[in-house]
Amino acid sequence: MYVSESRGSTPAVTAPSARGPFPGRTAVGATVLALGAVSLITDISSEMVTAVLPLYLVTGLGLSPLGFGLLDGVYNGFSALFRLVGGHLADRGGRHKPVAVLGYGLSALCKPLLLAVHTLPLIGAVLAVDRTGKGLRTAPRDAMISLASPPETRGRAFGVHRAMDTTGALLGPLAAFLILRQAAEGYDAVFTVSFCVAALGVVVLLLFVPSRSPEPGLAGTAPAAPADAAPPERPSLRAALGLLGRRELRGLTLCAVALGLATVSDSFVYLLLQRRLGVPDRWFALLPLGTAAAFLLLAVPLGRWADRVGRWRVFVGGHLALLAAYGLLLSHLRAGLLPYVVLALHGTFYAATDGVLMAAAAGSVPAALRSSGLALVQTGQAAARFVCSIAFGAAWTAFGDRSALGGAAVALTLSVLVSLRLRPAAAAETGRGADG
Amino acid sequence: MAEVGEVRGEAAAAGPDTGAPGRGGAVSGNGRRLLVLLACVLVLACVAGAAVWRASDRAHAKDRVQPGGPTVASGAVSLTAGGPQRIVFRSMAWGPHRDELATVPAGDPDGPRTASGVKCLRFYAAGGTGICLQAVHGPVSDSYRAVVLDAGLHVTRKVDLAGIPTRARVSPSGRMVAWTVFVGGDSYAGTDFSTRTSILDTRTGALEPTLEDYTVTRDGSRLRAADLNFWGVTFADDRHFYATVATGGHTYLIRGDTATKAAVTVHGNVECPSLSPDGTRIAYKKRVPGLPADAPWRLYVLDLATGREHATAETRDVDDQAVWSDDHTLVYALPGDYGSDLYSVPADGTGAPRLLTRSALAPAYLP
Repeated sequence: MYVSESRGSTPAVTAPSARGPFPGRTAVGATVLALGAVSLITDISSEMVTAVLPLYLVTGLGLSPLGFGLLDGVYNGFSALFRLVGGHLADRGGRHKPVAVLGYGLSALCKPLLLAVHTLPLIGAVLAVDRTGKGLRTAPRDAMISLASPPETRGRAFGVHRAMDTTGALLGPLAAFLILRQAAEGYDAVFTVSFCVAALGVVVLLLFVPSRSPEPGLAGTAPAAPADAAPPERPSLRAALGLLGRRELRGLTLCAVALGLATVSDSFVYLLLQRRLGVPDRWFALLPLGTAAAFLLLAVPLGRWADRVGRWRVFVGGHLALLAAYGLLLSHLRAGLLPYVVLALHGTFYAATDGVLMAAAAGSVPAALRSSGLALVQTGQAAARFVCSIAFGAAWTAFGDRSALGGAAVALTLSVLVSLRLRPAAAAETGRGADG
Repeated sequence: MAEVGEVRGEAAAAGPDTGAPGRGGAVSGNGRRLLVLLACVLVLACVAGAAVWRASDRAHAKDRVQPGGPTVASGAVSLTAGGPQRIVFRSMAWGPHRDELATVPAGDPDGPRTASGVKCLRFYAAGGTGICLQAVHGPVSDSYRAVVLDAGLHVTRKVDLAGIPTRARVSPSGRMVAWTVFVGGDSYAGTDFSTRTSILDTRTGALEPTLEDYTVTRDGSRLRAADLNFWGVTFADDRHFYATVATGGHTYLIRGDTATKAAVTVHGNVECPSLSPDGTRIAYKKRVPGLPADAPWRLYVLDLATGREHATAETRDVDDQAVWSDDHTLVYALPGDYGSDLYSVPADGTGAPRLLTRSALAPAYLP
């Protein structure tokens, strides 16, 4: 089982990062660290743009961006579709890396385009292409992480990746505002630097992430999946859809969808924090930083914990943290500390669910169809959350914020109970599960 | 057992990918990759550095007086009425007084400007009260605040803002103050922007932080929606005002009452209303069907008594809350080479637009 762990001490892997953040303990694979670095760099790049975008639209271009978000749903739909496409393309011939390069490259190319377009519809279109790139690369990237990590430490590998990713997201706005400090109204400089950073991400991906995914060649020789009587998987559209025929993955996807249907979107959580706990206006823009900080701090510990006690347990437990956050928002408690606690719980929710779900799902998908399988779970979850945000908005309109949140809390409780009952990932609980 | 196969595959495939153990080329392969990385970092750093340097250079150029720009000299600016009519606006002309409130005689709008030293992004004044929405430079990013000014431009009240300033108005008496900011659009809220409009009573100090809690009725039924957005208040008196409300992709002109916190819709497809001094007409930007999505608005005037609307002679896209320089003339800003330029056009649909002055924004007429 620990064959690949020993890779870390093979002289061949000389990248110093391989000995990385856990001295004295088994290291996370160099590939995972390289992918983490790519995500960190890319997130710096993309968050630079998103941080200055409102300012750029309103003060730089003098536009009224109201209604800009109307197309958001459409773009999100596109992104989800391309996630499935990306997953499928990546599996065909084991081309995870080329598809990831395409996705990262597409997003990088969008940055200089922002210099050329000056109207809302065109800026919206460029952002949509940017998101298409993100959609394409997500599943192959997560597949590469899962394929590069031994099953028993996958939770930790995803935790390390998500922590690096979030670090980039926190650094991006900082970089952007430092540039604007240096050059007032230098939005073009922000976009140019953002492009350079994104290009660096693609370079790191090309240079330091192994180009061949190991499995496809072996898919026929080793039983890559829980011992079904199914023939060796060939990556085709039908096989990808056939994944839903697998009891375990179907259960997992169903649970992710059920829980996603009760997951209120971030922007609503922050609005509720402000309206119900009276967070002052000037702190509003900083609320996401609270979530991100908790996510960053807890992603690795919770990933490791998931490896030990079971990913499914931690994934469902993460939703209990979210439920607790709902509870605090619903309560009549009014302590100065409360907003911090809610943000910490919100960040804990992400740390316990985002990477952990991928770690859990990876165990239920044969290696040859890894990208497609992960894309399926991600898309199901994203679609469910989208439906939830529409329903939540409607409930807010009809019954007010408190009733809407109460409804979401009830739905979340039910979803957690259903998920506990289904327990779809019994076999993929931990790496040890395979032995027992 | 599934994992066994996978791990074996991983280990077997690790060779060629992670630097081929036992092959002499491994180290030099890594070295070569590091060299390529270093070269790329250098090239990209040069491009990035050049971009920042150029932008910084350009930003500093704005501190020098632009060729052919208006003359600006510092001096006292007062919001008190009396004497010949004056205009106070944000002067965007390059030079040391950029973005300061400046004043010119209304009869000579393109003449020499007197700059006050007070910097504002958006501004309005009436009845001896000014509202200035300004940026506050923080250690990392800017934040914004609304500042209420007395006739001598002294600060009487400061309110932190949740977003980027866009509209500001004062009631004719100078007692009530309103402003609108854009909120959101950051990574977490997606590209979903919303507006937030606040009304402040400068006499009692009472602040209505958002109009979202107002009861808005349309054709007798209450509008309830999470996507209700308000912007562009224009005051009729110290109690009543007009503004735009948007929901579900439609905009409406509303007439609101600050005492009952209620509003009713008056007309459809109205944004950034501006009430005429005699209180009979609303100038506004109308989203005209068939226009390109990036330039959708035209300047219109609505007669409140008859409900009839007509276009002005301005045929360009106007994205501004116009002001009335008198009962017959509208003044508004259009994008220009140095910030924006002020134009005027007759309110009755006749005549043609006329350039008042360049490099100016957010004008207020002081009688």
